[in-house]
Parts: sequence; C-alpha cells; structure tokens
Amino acid sequence: MSTLELERNTPARYKLRVIDCDIHPAMTSWTEVHPYLEKRWIDHLSVYGSHLRHAFSEALSHPRMSPDAARIDAYPDEGGPPGSSLELMRTQHLDPNGVEVGMLIPLRWNPGSQRNLDFGAALTRAMNTWQIERWVKQEPRLRASVLVAQEDTVAAVAEIDARGGDPNFTQILILPRTDEPLGRRRYWPIFEAAVRNNLPITIHVGGTNGHPSTGGGWASYYMEEHHSVAQTMQAVLTSLVFEGVFERFPALRIVIMEGGLGWIPSIKARMDKHWSRLRSEVPHLKRPPSEYIDEQVWFSTQPMEEPGSGAELIDLFDRIGWDRLLFSTDYPHWDFDDPRYAFKANLTEAQRDQLLHGNSRRFYGL
Amino acid sequence: MVGNRQEALRDPVRSYPGAIDCDLHPAVPGMSALVPYLDDYWREMVAVRALDRLNLSLTSYPQNAPLSCRPDWALDQGRKPGSSLAAMQAHILKPCQSRFGILNCLYGAQVFHSEDMAAAFCRAANDWIRDEWLNRDPRLRASIMIPAHNTELAVAEIERRADDDRFVQILMLVSGETTLGRRQLWPIYQAAERLGLPIGVHAGSAYRYAPTAAGWSSYYVEDYIAQSCAFESQLQSLISEGVFAKFPGLKVVAIESGLTWLSGFIWRADKTWKGVRAEVPWVTRAPSEIIRNHVRFTVQPIDAPDERDALLRLTDHLKSDELLLFSTDYPHWQFDGDVALPDGLPDSLFRKIVSENALATYPRLAKADHALEVAQ
Repeated sequence: MSTLELERNTPARYKLRVIDCDIHPAMTSWTEVHPYLEKRWIDHLSVYGSHLRHAFSEALSHPRMSPDAARIDAYPDEGGPPGSSLELMRTQHLDPNGVEVGMLIPLRWNPGSQRNLDFGAALTRAMNTWQIERWVKQEPRLRASVLVAQEDTVAAVAEIDARGGDPNFTQILILPRTDEPLGRRRYWPIFEAAVRNNLPITIHVGGTNGHPSTGGGWASYYMEEHHSVAQTMQAVLTSLVFEGVFERFPALRIVIMEGGLGWIPSIKARMDKHWSRLRSEVPHLKRPPSEYIDEQVWFSTQPMEEPGSGAELIDLFDRIGWDRLLFSTDYPHWDFDDPRYAFKANLTEAQRDQLLHGNSRRFYGL
Repeated sequence: MVGNRQEALRDPVRSYPGAIDCDLHPAVPGMSALVPYLDDYWREMVAVRALDRLNLSLTSYPQNAPLSCRPDWALDQGRKPGSSLAAMQAHILKPCQSRFGILNCLYGAQVFHSEDMAAAFCRAANDWIRDEWLNRDPRLRASIMIPAHNTELAVAEIERRADDDRFVQILMLVSGETTLGRRQLWPIYQAAERLGLPIGVHAGSAYRYAPTAAGWSSYYVEDYIAQSCAFESQLQSLISEGVFAKFPGLKVVAIESGLTWLSGFIWRADKTWKGVRAEVPWVTRAPSEIIRNHVRFTVQPIDAPDERDALLRLTDHLKSDELLLFSTDYPHWQFDGDVALPDGLPDSLFRKIVSENALATYPRLAKADHALEVAQ
C-alpha cells in the first residue's frame, strides 16, 4: 500500500484517541517479582523451572519468527526484553498513539497452565501485585488484568474476590488452552465470581494443555501454530455456548482477544445451523447460539483482518456488529496494529472513534 | 424395499439434470458383508474375536443422530442409513437426475489402530463397494478407502484400485493420526498425482486427539461444529508443509466442510503468510492462490442463513467460481425440502457447481464421459 493511501485513510487533523486493550508488559529480570513471591516458590522455580505440558522447560514449542515475538524496534536501550521499559512504552506507544487507557496482559510464566497448582496460584498473586506496583502506580493510563490459576478454581475465585474491589483491575485474564474446554462445569465458579465482581473475562491467545492445536495432530511450523489461534477461539466460544454458560450466567461478559475477526460470522452461522438440527442433545440452550454471542461476547481488533477490499472489511464489521469491537495493538509484539493504519477501509470519523475508544470506554466503564 | 417412509417423503429432491453429486454415503450394513473379501487370517480373526458383532459406525456420525440421516431417507427395520442401493437410487440419484454420484464410505476400517487390520478392512470395503455398488449402477463412482496411518499399505491399496477408472478419488478423514501435510504422507500424494486421483478429505475424526486445541468437548454437536476448524488446520498444514509445491498436479477436495469459514480463512492465512513466510520459503504464492489452484469444496452443508448470498459472497471473496462442487451429502440431513443447491444463482455459476467444476477436478470422470460419447 502506498504512503499516499495511508495518509488518505487518516486525515492529519484527526486527533488520535485510543483505548488499547492489549499491551504486554515484561520483566527486566525475573527478580522483579521476588518481593511478591514466597521464598519457597522462588527456590522452586530456580530448581525445577516452569513445569508445563510441553517439551521445553524454558521455551515455546514453536519458536517465533522474531525474538520474543517482538517488534525489532521495541528493545529498550538500557537492556531487558521488549515491554519491560515503561519509558519506552510511553515514548514509543502511549504518547504518539494517543493511548488514553492501556490494558496490561502479562503472559510470562503462563501461571494458569502450571501443572503445579500451588505454584501457579502463587505466581498469579505475585504477578497481579507486580502489575500494580511496577506499572499502574507509575503510569495512570495503565490498567491491570487479574491473572488466575484457572485449573485450581478455589484459588482462582479467591484471587478474583481479592482484586475485584480494586478499580485498577479491569478484567480477568484466562488463556484459551485450558485443561478442559472452558465451558465445562469445573470452571463455572470462576464465571460466577466474574459476575459477582462485575469483571469481564478476557480470553487471550495462549496456554498449554497438552492438546495439539488441531484435532488431527501437531502443527510443524509456526505459520500453522500462529494461524491456529483462530480455530482455538472458535472452539472456546463453541464450548461456552453449548455448555450453557451464557444461559446460566446472563450477566457474564467475554472478550475474545487476539483471535482475529474473519471467522466470527461463519462460526455463528455454523452453530445456529447445526444447533437447529441437533438441539435435542442440548435442551439447556433456550435460544440460537448466535443470540448469546451477540449479547455477551466482544472481540479485540488485533490482528486486524485484511480482506480484498475496504468494502469487504466494512461488510465484515456489519456482520459482527460494530459495537462488539474493542481496539487493541498487541504492543510490543511483531504483529502490532498501528491505530492509524490498522483499518484498511474508508471509515467515518464516528466509526473510527467508536472502534478506537468509544466501544471500550462503554464496555469497561472507563 | 426402499423403506416405508418413502411415502412420507415430503418434497422429493429437485432435479439437477446432469449433476455430479460429489458426496454420497453408502453404509456397510454389517461386517458380514465384508467377510467374503477377507483372507483366511482375517476371516479367522473375525470368527475368533467375534469382530462381526462390532458396530463400526464412527463417533463422528452416530447412527441415529438427526444429522446422520434425513428422516425421509431412513430405512425400515433399523437398517443403517445409506446401506441400500435401491433407496439411494430412489431418494437421490433418480430425482436429482444425477449423471454421476461419488461414493464416500465412512466406516471404521479407516481408523483401526492396527495398521494391518485397517488395511485388510479397507481393502475388503473397496471390493464390496465395487461389487455391490459400482457394478450395479453405472452412474456411481467411488473414493478409495485407505489406512492413511500406514503409508506403505495405503499406497498399495491405491495401486490395487488404479486400473479401475470408477475409483476417482482417495478418501481421508480430516482428523487422522497426523496433520495432512506431513512428509510421511507424501507417498500417498505422489501416487494420487501420478494416477489422476484427487485426495478427498472428508469431515470426521479418528479421535487420536481431542477434537480441538481446547480439549475434549462434552457434546456431539460441538464435535460436529469443530469439523470446519479441522479443515482450516489441515489446509494450513498442506500449504505450510509445501505439499502443493512438491506435487503441482495434486487436487484436494474438502468434503462436507461447511464452506463459509473460507473467507476468514484466506484473509488470515494470506496475512500470516506475509508476516512469517521466511519460515516456509517453498510457499511462494499466497495461500488463497494455492487454494484456488488446488483445493475444491463440496457445497453441503452451507453454513449460512442466507445460502444463496453466502455462495455469491464466497465466490466474490475467493475470486473464483471454480471451487464449489455439487453435493447432497445423502443420507446426511443438511438441507430441508427439495433444494440441494440454493435457487437464484447466476446460470454460469450454477452450471459450474452442478457439473463443470467436478469434471475439471476429477480427470477420471472426464475419461468416463469420453468413453460414453464414443460408445454413443
């Protein structure tokens, strides 16, 4: 795409106002979290490492195509991984991109997937405090997410209740590759706690549960594994619908984060069609699946879809529902969406405002 | 003979003269039908282990689930849906006025853990299809059932059928033991390319793994919905591993995939490829272009409330009218009433879907067509 077109898409006079629902903070060093972690677990990690359901103790099964899956320009001069410097986050992202509110999504250590449940729960507590102390207290534009050890429901509910009264936390974070599909009853106390604390549950790409990314075996390449998040999100949504989670918890709000958007109309139609044929198996569903999704599920925008034309993108938004879309950048990851150029379509200013900050402001009550 | 529900048949399926129906499901009525085709060893195994008492219906298609059989296509006396040729003729081939129908037999033979057992029963099932179906109705063609998890045995079975032009395709389940692009499967693709046989990938799982990355779901309806995601993953696998770069003449037909996921798939696959193509330097064309050149899709089911608009939209997004193949998915219950293909499609698209695209996809059909013309 030529520079000319990019400039036409976002007039220079347009003042960017952004609420970014997906920013990944990192630790300069693991010791940053030590003040919030019992000595037992500091020792545990140094001796036994991260104990997950995959082959490498310290690495991902599918190495990314860039170090730390990051933008190459996101490494702080003073050292440390991308996302670890608040100063760089300000000068590179928050200030120039007009970010009024940025939501932190910490992914390091994958606490919810830890096979040692006590260790996972201790990590979530420590990393939740770390978000507040290291980030939110230093930068009023930032908000934290409640990490939970979802396989230990009791610990997860306790942590949600402990943080629920703190307005610095705007959502509960769960990674979609849970031990069982997320709609299964073992997770319902978490949904109950979310509703009780009026916090949405954000499902952000990630997690390890020992299941391959496809029903037909393991992906070889990162290109496949990266693509598979769209299928995983469809599976999670299917589970939440057909287990009756939305029927049981009508006040529950779910955000699907970083799953892409192109699959949403088709999976809703597929659910409706085959539910109408097989509904005798799931009598606890009282309405077509798409109705629950339209009322209780939102979607973050990054990585933005790039169909053949702007008109096709507008048509996609029409079919998803404009009010369902929450802007996100995924800073500092390689597939970062720039708010100026992410939407390759001719949007009106009102549409742009709605997507970049209006929907999120209303959704999160900011 | 055809089943007393025929009288209750509300709307006989409309005629699509000359249609090539790319997805018909004949059912093995019981293992006893296959015993005559087994060798001594396997006959003994059937006797000693009472294998003939096993019902090898797949978990992917429970025999009595509403989706597995349209009510007016059910057979009497508890016979398996799809197990009667006479019923298939009366229910679908005759009213549709199909020129050809391609049989895709979904049966447990493909999924036995024992590779030898799978090979023996696939071979027997292919023999049985030849004798009981192909030899009895000149409109019928069939897909070759193979033990896909043993490449050597699979290729042997393909070659055994190669001289019979009525076998027009190789059948694999979308979820088997490995992702479909893996190099261990390439000898199958090599044979397919050499012999002019597309690879028909049909919905269904051998359940070697949970249906999705999210784990084991509770309900059948969830499993069925997840089939479309399995197709997405397998297309990504075939593309990423470079199968189409290695076998430029290979065609893959996605059967009973649901279709409407394709738009989102090509957008995402193309964008991902642009970002990380350095990992797969053999993928030199965008995934959407590879799909246009190599992959075809049977039309039923169409996962959309507005089926006609959905097909037009898809044709638009994919920038091609050559990808869709007519299918009824008999006896699966996908469409209601008499309309197997939505009304109101432009004439040229209608003709392409009903027969032209299939003739271009299956070289062996064109051969048979030619033979018919010569005979006339």
